Amino acid sequence: MGQTTAEKIFAAHLRDEPFPGTKVLNLDRVFCHEITTPVAIADLEWRGKDRVFDAGKIKAVIDHVTPSKDSKTALQAKMLRDWAHRHQIKDFFDVGRNGVCHAIFPEKGYVRPGFTVIMGDSHTCTHGAFGAFAAGVGTTDLEVGILKGVCAFREPTTIRVNLTGTLQSGVVAKDVILFVIGQLGVNGATDRVLEFHGPIVEAMSMDARMTLCNMAIEAGGTCGICQPDMTTVDYLWPFIEGEFASREAALAEYSRWCADADAVYEKVLTFDVSALEPQVTYGFKPDCVKAVKELAGTKVDQVYIGTCTNGRIEDLRQAAEVLKGRTIAESVRGIVSPATPKIFQEALNEGIIQIFMDAGFCVTNPTCGACLGMSNGVLAEGEVCASTSNRNFNGRMGKGGMVHLMSPASAAAAAVTGVITDARTL
Amino acid sequence: MKKTFGGPAIFLDRSDINTDEIIPAKYLTEVTKEALKPYCLEDLKLEGFDPKGEELKAARVVVTRANFGCGSSREHAPWVFEVNDIHTIIGESYARIFRQNMFNCGMLAIELPPADIQRLFDLEEAAAGKIEIEVHLDRQEVVAKTGGRSESFRFEISPFDKALVQAGGWVEYADARY
Ligand code: SF4
Repeated sequence: MGQTTAEKIFAAHLRDEPFPGTKVLNLDRVFCHEITTPVAIADLEWRGKDRVFDAGKIKAVIDHVTPSKDSKTALQAKMLRDWAHRHQIKDFFDVGRNGVCHAIFPEKGYVRPGFTVIMGDSHTCTHGAFGAFAAGVGTTDLEVGILKGVCAFREPTTIRVNLTGTLQSGVVAKDVILFVIGQLGVNGATDRVLEFHGPIVEAMSMDARMTLCNMAIEAGGTCGICQPDMTTVDYLWPFIEGEFASREAALAEYSRWCADADAVYEKVLTFDVSALEPQVTYGFKPDCVKAVKELAGTKVDQVYIGTCTNGRIEDLRQAAEVLKGRTIAESVRGIVSPATPKIFQEALNEGIIQIFMDAGFCVTNPTCGACLGMSNGVLAEGEVCASTSNRNFNGRMGKGGMVHLMSPASAAAAAVTGVITDARTL
Repeated sequence: MKKTFGGPAIFLDRSDINTDEIIPAKYLTEVTKEALKPYCLEDLKLEGFDPKGEELKAARVVVTRANFGCGSSREHAPWVFEVNDIHTIIGESYARIFRQNMFNCGMLAIELPPADIQRLFDLEEAAAGKIEIEVHLDRQEVVAKTGGRSESFRFEISPFDKALVQAGGWVEYADARY
């Protein structure tokens, strides 16, 4: 019987099966940020076990609130910083070199096909774009991961999602994943892996695949997984060229993580997305999804472009295309946060930052910031935000605020008009 | 540290209660569990529910519907229950990370079929909110007690989750084993 990608990764990393159905896996990567790691560090210290299983496999970044905004966030940053230095965690990214975790770690080439990855962050599923099994965990799982390099999972079953057809111009990965979540519901993939297949995914860049996998958790999914292919190899090539004689050799090696043709799925869903239009959320759950045109005219107070979902260079390019030669509405506050310093630099070199500034956007340093209502653009009670992030929960970007999730181009269009707008009608 | 389970229950009649409602992100700047204590369920808007009320203060058990704890991975969600002495949640289903976090902390995220959950809500209504829940982990049973009457419900729990609760959590378990 054939295997899914997740089944192959589970089999290759199995450390223990203490009870039937419970698999303890060896970890290739443990990622850390300053919000969920300090409590794990403090607990390890308190237990007299302030150790790390492998400093080379642990990567850490200060990203949620950075530079620190007050004494409390300064303490969180300091705890992570001191710990990273104490344990000689070389790949630690502090102010000036830091970016949003799920953008900066892939950019550094830390995730490879077939890897197991955990992080104390629900959007860790993003890294499945590389053909890895990457799962968000809580602080206790993180703590054990740091100490022992293992994590326990119920082996998830896999839902195969085939995305077929051709995307209309102006319709992007964000629209596709919002649509899929709308179909699955917020609970539709709980304890499941979403394995993405089909010509739509094959044609996607790594940036787009990361957007797709990023939101698997919004349907409850443990991980979103794309099949490693030449696009994956090309992205990773600068980091792996010493390991392989050629790109073809790398592809041959990575292809063994692809699902077998006779793999067994719990469910196979096929969506022809040829007729799909730009999507947007309404209400307070990410599965409340409609076509942008159905919400057209809804007033927004703020537009937020960035985050681990849509703060990568392609996203900024798509938004800039809409903003070029235009200025944003008087009534709107536009905020853009390139997700990493490298992306910021690229956007600068390509003239994208200039376009944002000419349009009237505030350009912030790379950080999560307003995405979770912590800094750099928190909403006031009753305010509405058009956002490229991934969560529209009540209060997510500030108590009493309302968030509409959408693609970078749709967000840029909303900035120009001051109301939710299908960018194709501008 | 081993936990105690059961006691007066508070009923939250909605599915998909998310982690932002359980503990808003602005409190994630705290680096101790204790500091979270006053903010339990602060952003949950539900008819008849008051996050600052006496009922929540007295509660040792939460009974709710489906997909409880969806959203972020923050273990602050189980912790805010832990420091408020709520070590048992009873619901139809949970988001994966939240459920794992509960057991990892040595606490119980008990799953009952929708019909049993509905029965608990009915009992609560009949008793005008005066309901106590006993938890018997050994025989995998919860007992709902209202004014001298009691009704019991059997629950399933994986042997691994049970072992975590008995060990006092995943750190203790993993440390003894790996
Ligand atoms: S950008 Fe938002 S969703 Fe992504 S890791 Fe940061 S806070 Fe979480």
